[in-house]
Amino acid sequence: MPTEYLQQIAESNSWGAIGPELGLGILALLLLGLEILLPKVAHSVIPRIAVIGQLAILASLLWGGMSDATVGEAFGGMIRFDETGQIFRIFFLITSVFVSYLGMVSLDRKTLPQIEYFHILLVVTAALMLLAQANHFVMLFVALETATVGFYILVSYFRDTVVSLEAGLKYLIMGALSSAILLFGIVLLYGAGSNPALMGSSTDPMNFGNLSRFLSANPADTLGLLGMLLVLSGIAFKIGAFPFQIWVPDVYQGAPIPTTALLAIGSKAAGFAMLMRLVDVFSPLGDWIYPLLSALAALTILFGNLAALTQRNLKRLMGLSGVSHAGFLMLGVIASRTVEWASTAVMFYLFAYLLASIAVFAVLAHIEGTSDSELSLDDLGDLAKRNGFLGLALAVGIGSLAGIPPLAGFIGKLLIFVAAFQAEHYGLLGVAVVGVVISIYYYFGVIKAAFFEAWRFSEDEEQGEEPIPGARLGFFGKLAIVAVVAGTIIIGFYQGPLSSLLAGG
Amino acid sequence: MNEFSSLVQYSIAVPLFLAFITLWAKNWGRPAVQIVAVTGFAIPLILALFAWMLYNPAEPGGYAFVSDLDTGLSLIGISLHLGLNGVSLPLFVMAATVGLAAGLYAAQSKAENLHRYLFCLLVMQAGLMGVFASIDIFFFYFFHELALIPTFIMVGIWGGRDRNYAAMKMTIYLTLGAMLSLVGLIAIYVKSGAGSFDLITLKAHLAQAPLAESIQNYAFGLLLFGFGILVSLWPLHTWAPLGYGAAPSSAAMLHAGVLKKFGLYGLIQVAIPLLPNGASLWERWIVWLALGNVLIVGFIAMAQKDLKQLIGYSSVMHMGYAFLGIAAMSVLGVGGVVIMMVAHGLTVALLFMLSTMVHHRTQTFEMGEMGGLAKKAPVLAAFFVCAMMASIGLPGPGLANFWGELSIFLAVYEFKNWLIFAIVAGIVISAIYGLRAIASVFLGGESDEFVESQKEVSVVDMSWSERVPALILIILLFFVGFFPKTITESLYDSLELEPVYAKGDND
Repeated sequence: MPTEYLQQIAESNSWGAIGPELGLGILALLLLGLEILLPKVAHSVIPRIAVIGQLAILASLLWGGMSDATVGEAFGGMIRFDETGQIFRIFFLITSVFVSYLGMVSLDRKTLPQIEYFHILLVVTAALMLLAQANHFVMLFVALETATVGFYILVSYFRDTVVSLEAGLKYLIMGALSSAILLFGIVLLYGAGSNPALMGSSTDPMNFGNLSRFLSANPADTLGLLGMLLVLSGIAFKIGAFPFQIWVPDVYQGAPIPTTALLAIGSKAAGFAMLMRLVDVFSPLGDWIYPLLSALAALTILFGNLAALTQRNLKRLMGLSGVSHAGFLMLGVIASRTVEWASTAVMFYLFAYLLASIAVFAVLAHIEGTSDSELSLDDLGDLAKRNGFLGLALAVGIGSLAGIPPLAGFIGKLLIFVAAFQAEHYGLLGVAVVGVVISIYYYFGVIKAAFFEAWRFSEDEEQGEEPIPGARLGFFGKLAIVAVVAGTIIIGFYQGPLSSLLAGG
Repeated sequence: MNEFSSLVQYSIAVPLFLAFITLWAKNWGRPAVQIVAVTGFAIPLILALFAWMLYNPAEPGGYAFVSDLDTGLSLIGISLHLGLNGVSLPLFVMAATVGLAAGLYAAQSKAENLHRYLFCLLVMQAGLMGVFASIDIFFFYFFHELALIPTFIMVGIWGGRDRNYAAMKMTIYLTLGAMLSLVGLIAIYVKSGAGSFDLITLKAHLAQAPLAESIQNYAFGLLLFGFGILVSLWPLHTWAPLGYGAAPSSAAMLHAGVLKKFGLYGLIQVAIPLLPNGASLWERWIVWLALGNVLIVGFIAMAQKDLKQLIGYSSVMHMGYAFLGIAAMSVLGVGGVVIMMVAHGLTVALLFMLSTMVHHRTQTFEMGEMGGLAKKAPVLAAFFVCAMMASIGLPGPGLANFWGELSIFLAVYEFKNWLIFAIVAGIVISAIYGLRAIASVFLGGESDEFVESQKEVSVVDMSWSERVPALILIILLFFVGFFPKTITESLYDSLELEPVYAKGDND
């Protein structure tokens, strides 16, 4: 076989185009090397190197842009470079920079090895970046599994605490199940698409282009439909959509805070990167997909918001509110069937969600005591008085998640709502409005816990202000929080920079 | 760019900017905070008064001081389009006036964390100025929310009795109202097909191709109930007295006085001109619900024993007149509503401020535990009587409220003459509770509780720092009362431009 064939594939390998991912891989190895070479006292430098390296890669992505002739397929059709993929790359890198910062804050309090955390984080990020550009089910699955295996470790990283291990086990079992479902779906699609008896079949039906051509020739193929259903189920697990959201609260609660943030932002966005690409591929089956997604979106919004109503544990609350955000994002994806710019709205929403979530998780990382899984609303008491800066960050983050103007989250919701209205999804829009009103209740509870009770007993002021356990804001900590808070406020008022980034300018 | 368009821009930007400086100024001491904050309230008023004098639009009743700025949402036709017409100008001036009074009163209050309190008020002020200066209906909504959020925070942190419950209830009610009106605005944007949130563009577009009646019907319904919740339309008003009862006085002044007018203003400037058929379909609903405001809430107000609750309910009741005036859909009626909005904003702000001053002297809001205050504090009594009279609309042409209510009554009489009986009943009701409040607070003998409380706190009359904000409000109230022409001329010009109102007059 076909050395020629292999040669032909090798020719399309444009290694330069995946430079950022390679860079992350090299950086990850470098960290491990440094850990061996450097004396122990100097180890605290290593996470900083990781952050600086990521920032350098991010800068090269932002300024390098898509200038080369890199748009199009590469690696024998495994990867396709396009605007959306590029934006997701930037998204994942920004996420990982902030998660590294959270990791520095929260790992410092443990006696666990630290360097591996950043190593795995970098590998996971690289995998997510590749996932967003996958154009072939093999690529998609390999990238997804690389990320998921990394997540198994990151979730149970606090191996001396039971809840973290329990969360790791739950995530492992549920993750394995969802991978199996996804794989089963892929296999069915492969089987259907390579059946030479059918029109439009090809020898490589796992390539998205080929698959799409096959499906448009056979839109009623049972195997194809079943495969699509299973693949979507696997993705629904990733984004935490109903009815695959069952793992979310437990795993979010048990995982270390940086991992929770990475799950909430990175893993969810990866799900949407896949979903947005796959609804295109499956568009010939649109009459099945979209009603299904609509039902799921409505249930996801309602479930997330209703379940979060009575939640007092902050990490579970973030998890369940994240489920409802997944619902809003699905609404945008559904609208993108008829309204072209709706995918821009989804990206906008994701960026707003990124900034707001990081702000909230950064506050949680700073106020967590020894057991971060038990953080509840009560721990926020007097936060505004004890540390006004963190209080403000929390208020901005929660406000943006709740979609309160003039913060970025509001603009995100507005864009999604306008898109949904243009696409004439009135029923879903009604559910979304109800969801927003319900969500005000629990987001308001967080604000109330942090602010309102603080001023209740002014006479008690003399009792001495206890320092928040672990609240130690270095210069870089402040810088990171200021960056997300300022970003959230500025995007609320002036959307120019983000709009032009999303427009690919 | 028009001449002087920066007047409007700066009146929004300055309070917002100085809000952040106020937080910073904490390091320089309390006087610095007060000076910065009061500057932040004074500059918008000065700019607004200039705008009032210079207002000279290209066509009679059109927009002046127009400016347009792209903020990055041109994708869906949103830009920061600012300007003032005859309807928004008087409200713009009123917002700035109430803002200065509220700011002055807040700056000398004993609130904890004064710099944060003033920060919230300044952000609110920026939002209020923006609401009435926006031509883009998205930013119209956006500025409303910008002003609304600090209200929740102020009620929750600096509020009085039941603040947590009140803040939560207000937040949920008003968020629901805001979401409904947002969906209504989006409906207009999408269904018009104009591809713009700009009011002028939308009007021009819809004049050519009006929306189908069914669309107008539901879009107007969304806006009516969305705005209705925000204006405390009966039976969705229950957040208002509770919230005002708990809110710190300056926040109550700005919210009841200015921000609540957002919904009425939205109906007058956006909903009815853009959806005239929808408006006539919902007209009957407006009338009946407004009667609920006037009569039912009027009776509830009569039963109040708490002074602040009484003012809260009376402000809800007066919104009923405004809705009736709007339902008449004529230049006279809607013009009367705008005059009344200005007058009511000034009056209710004054009443909330004065009732807090009463509270400082009697240590209670219970009217049964007061009495005879006029002897100890005659100036306060004079102001209060004046404000209450204005609120009832009684004392002839000296005060602005009279003109507003008179125009509304005439328009309503032309519209459906039987409504005049309900309105007269409403006047009697408000006279009863208003005069009774004056009597039980200021006249008669001192109650036992009041005698008791005087042993701890001796009663003094209004100081100058209290008189100045009250005077600012009273002066504008009298000015508009004696020279209504200064606002009505351009107001009627602007309303004449709307076919739906102009038609109502010819009938």
